[in-house]
Amino acid sequence: MELSSFLSMRHEILLLAITLLVLIGEIFIPENKKHSIVHMAIFLFGIHTITGFLPTVETSLFGGMFRTNGMIHFFKNVLNIGVFILLLQSADWLQEKVMVQNKGTEFFILLFSSLLGMYFMISSGDFLMFYLGLELSTLPVAALAAYETTNRKSSEAGIKLILSSALASGVSLFGISMLYATSGSIYFNDIIEMITSTDLTILGMILFFAGLAFKISLVPFHFWTADVYEGAPISIASYLSVISKGAAVFILMILLFTVMKPLMHVWENMIYVIAVLTMFIGNLFALRQQNMKRFLAFSSIAQAGFILLGLIAGNQLGTATIVYFVLIYIFSNLAAFGVVQAISLQTGKENIKDYEGLYRTNPNLSLVMMLALFSLAGIPPVAGFFGKFFLFTAAASEGYYLLVFLAVVNVTISLYYYLIVVRAMFLRKSDNPIPFFKNKVYMRLGLLITVIGILVLGLYSPLYDYIYNLSGIFN
Amino acid sequence: MNFSYIILIPLIPLVVFLLLGIFNQRIKPAVSGYVGVLGLLTSTLLSFYTAYQYFFVYGKANGVYQTFVEKTVWMNFTETLAIDMGVLVDPISVMMLIVVSIVSLMVHIYSRGYMKGDDGYTKFFAFLSLFSFSMYGLVLATNLFQIYIFWELVGVSSYLLIGYYYTKPSAVSAAKKAFIVTRFADLGFLIGILIVGYYTGTYDFEMLNNPEGNAILNWASTSFMGLSVLTWALILIFIGGAGKSAMFPLHIWLPDAMEGPTPVSALIHAATMVVAGVFLVARLFPMYYFVENGFALNIVAYVGAFSALFAAIIAVTQTDIKRVLAFSTMSQLGYMMLALGVSGYDGHEGLGYMASMFHLFAHAMFKALLFLCAGSVIHAVHSNYLKDMGGLRKYMPITNITFLIAALAIAGVPPFAGFFSKDEILVAAFEHNKLIYFVGVFVAGLTAFYMFRIYFGIFWGKETKYEHKPHESPISMTFPLMVLALLSIVGGFIPFSKFVTADKAGFEAHLNYPLAAVAVGVGLLGIGLAWAFYKNENNLADKMVNFFGPFYKWTSDKFYFDEIYLFITKKILFNRVSAPIAKFDKKYVDGTMVGIGNKTVWTSEKIKSLQSGKVQDYAFAFIAGVVVLVLVFIYMWTN
Repeated sequence: MELSSFLSMRHEILLLAITLLVLIGEIFIPENKKHSIVHMAIFLFGIHTITGFLPTVETSLFGGMFRTNGMIHFFKNVLNIGVFILLLQSADWLQEKVMVQNKGTEFFILLFSSLLGMYFMISSGDFLMFYLGLELSTLPVAALAAYETTNRKSSEAGIKLILSSALASGVSLFGISMLYATSGSIYFNDIIEMITSTDLTILGMILFFAGLAFKISLVPFHFWTADVYEGAPISIASYLSVISKGAAVFILMILLFTVMKPLMHVWENMIYVIAVLTMFIGNLFALRQQNMKRFLAFSSIAQAGFILLGLIAGNQLGTATIVYFVLIYIFSNLAAFGVVQAISLQTGKENIKDYEGLYRTNPNLSLVMMLALFSLAGIPPVAGFFGKFFLFTAAASEGYYLLVFLAVVNVTISLYYYLIVVRAMFLRKSDNPIPFFKNKVYMRLGLLITVIGILVLGLYSPLYDYIYNLSGIFN
Repeated sequence: MNFSYIILIPLIPLVVFLLLGIFNQRIKPAVSGYVGVLGLLTSTLLSFYTAYQYFFVYGKANGVYQTFVEKTVWMNFTETLAIDMGVLVDPISVMMLIVVSIVSLMVHIYSRGYMKGDDGYTKFFAFLSLFSFSMYGLVLATNLFQIYIFWELVGVSSYLLIGYYYTKPSAVSAAKKAFIVTRFADLGFLIGILIVGYYTGTYDFEMLNNPEGNAILNWASTSFMGLSVLTWALILIFIGGAGKSAMFPLHIWLPDAMEGPTPVSALIHAATMVVAGVFLVARLFPMYYFVENGFALNIVAYVGAFSALFAAIIAVTQTDIKRVLAFSTMSQLGYMMLALGVSGYDGHEGLGYMASMFHLFAHAMFKALLFLCAGSVIHAVHSNYLKDMGGLRKYMPITNITFLIAALAIAGVPPFAGFFSKDEILVAAFEHNKLIYFVGVFVAGLTAFYMFRIYFGIFWGKETKYEHKPHESPISMTFPLMVLALLSIVGGFIPFSKFVTADKAGFEAHLNYPLAAVAVGVGLLGIGLAWAFYKNENNLADKMVNFFGPFYKWTSDKFYFDEIYLFITKKILFNRVSAPIAKFDKKYVDGTMVGIGNKTVWTSEKIKSLQSGKVQDYAFAFIAGVVVLVLVFIYMWTN
């Protein structure tokens, strides 16, 4: 192995360096200047995000345990953008609520560790690396979910997440062991050649799938989602719903499209059933929610159901549409969570009812929220429409017309509850509306980036073509 | 030559629009006026630079003007069928850039004076910029779909500007009327576009207009009700163009559109947007000409000729000066259409095409000038009606002179611009269709008559008792008048046949003296009659009214077209068709939907208990889910 091949690991190495720098900062920066750690971390991560866009080559390192190519690289960049926006949106919360308890550094270290786990997970070339990445990406988040130690709900969220995820990774590991048993290897490239459609491999695949389905919060593996989102700090709920879900979708897609391609006749039916269940359950629960965070939790479950439509297509179009959708979903959902974050930080209010009359007092925030919800609902011309449209195209191109029809029914249902929030903000009057407040620079920047993404991504077609060309790698 | 910088010409007004729109309340009115004018000035300079580069430096190769295209694919459907976004540079698009730039710039400058003190000053300039952006995009479009997008954008800006005085109910209903009528026509346009896309496999103008291309050669492939599908498509596209250009019978929105501020009428409803229909036919001219030997062109010619005559007759009897100008616009647009309709393709045969574009150019200048003069007059006397005016020449000398120049130009008196362009149109009509020629000559006489009727009515005749003494408008308003007047004088001497022709090769055009003499004679006759009737107060006009009796009444009520439309829509469509459908919709369609909705909420209530909050239940569900999946996919669903 040459020194230059480390360059293809530069995402991992740089992020590790940033984590260490933050740790060193924690040690050497004096008590009264601790606030600067937030600026430092955001600045460093911003540079990391930008350098990520330097071109890369397709490589395989450590005897095939670690691999990267244009698509994986692109996806890491997508995650970086998401985390960067998230950091911008969390900065005020960190400075006002967390730094005073003197535990801001841990936040960055845990968050970056989790992201590092995701890098390894999506770059993995064998199941060992995959599993290590999966665990590294989950465990720090459980700690982060329980971050507000004075808040009982937050502790509850942490416990629920760690228990559920322990179960999920156990089941997943069990499945991996069965795949190993039938194929005799844990390397993806070997398994592709060895795998055959036997009962044991199918069992292994289903168990393995359940573990990832837990992370994507597909029905019936989704129950933890709402409770954890509600209890966890908003940044973490946001991280779970966007970054963590995106990474899991991506690796699931790679594995299904490459390693488990011979089992496609099984998993396409399984995904069909789960897609329908997830869309309906997610939407039906979202209808009833009063709390914004729970509301967004179920909305994100339903969105995961839509993503499965791209997965079921199983071709290049499917890959491209999934990545494109996830990218747009990151911007839309982060915009929504960002507004919830801003309002919660200023007023502590988190219920839909509290948002009544928001447009009169805070028109800009309401507009951002409206755009985000429109994008999530898929109303043209914002980006979300194109994301959904392409997903449906992908499923329809493989002849899944009934599934597309059911998805359209679900879009209609989802429109109803997204508009409930819009109605509350714009049409309802309130005796006690959220007073006007001004956001700080970081939050504004964070929201601005999401808005630009929502408005521009859908119309900027070269991006989709670019993703489509990259997608050929997995098919 | 790389013309890609042209993208800036539409983009600058777009940026201005966004700036003024977003910071609406925070910008001082004076600043927003300057920003608007400066933005458009930049676009104008770029347009002139482009025109110079294109017509005199790079445009020609082997004696033929080339078409330059810069585009990117926006949305792909099949290998060939795609929606592109880009700019197309050819003689007519460059000419339109010049027309739009000059008129829009003048209107921007003029509006700084005209709209002074208005509450929505910034908003007004924002809308003007939006319109300029859309219009530039329309003329530069590279394909049918792009032109359609900007077509609708100009429609929206027109809607916004007609309804600018939104506290006035008449303005609001006029805006709605304009939007609905043109939208209705655009439905035809859209269907036409889709048919073209389906049968030719492309939206691209270059591919469609290539006389040796598949699009035109394969026209006979399918026929529908006696005509080829492409002819039907072209007729449908023409319906869209007729809606925008206020051709009979889709003209009813244009007179009402005069509810907008007068600068808007000058810009949108006289010089630029309303010629979009003419431009559309010109843009697709090779297609119109070659598909089925130009059958669709005959329709264009007759609709144009009839509209010209119809509108000119109505214009004679109107008393609101802006409505006279509106009908005059419709009549002149009819001229342009009929010229396209009688045109050939090669060399001198394409005289009609050239004349149409020439007239479009000249008309834009003198009609914008007429409207701006009318605005200046209205500004002074605060009324639109002839009865409130008279003898204004003493108070408003500049407006008087410039209005006179414009009126002479539109009446076709040499050497003003209208004389040359109108003469070419009449020559083209004479060579192809005598009936249309005679209509054209008669309309020329009527035009001269009604134009001088309002000229004498405003500036001569009996002096009305004014509450405030009228005064000349400020320099910001008179400067554009003078510029446009100058252009109306010299515009006719531009050798258009060298630059803008159907086959892009250019030819030598000469005056046809006998025909020119006839046209001028008829025009002078019209002016003479108007002189006799209206220069000094007399009862000749009343006598004529009595002589024509009921015919006068029909004409002044615009042949009751509004009433006919209202009867058809309200009495027949709304009561007989829409009402039963609405009932059905409310009872069954809505009922079903409400039922489904209730069912959904009910289901969601029922399954609420699944989410218990206990982590052991979640674990159970997890394991149960895995077990069920395993059972189903190993033992039951095995294929």
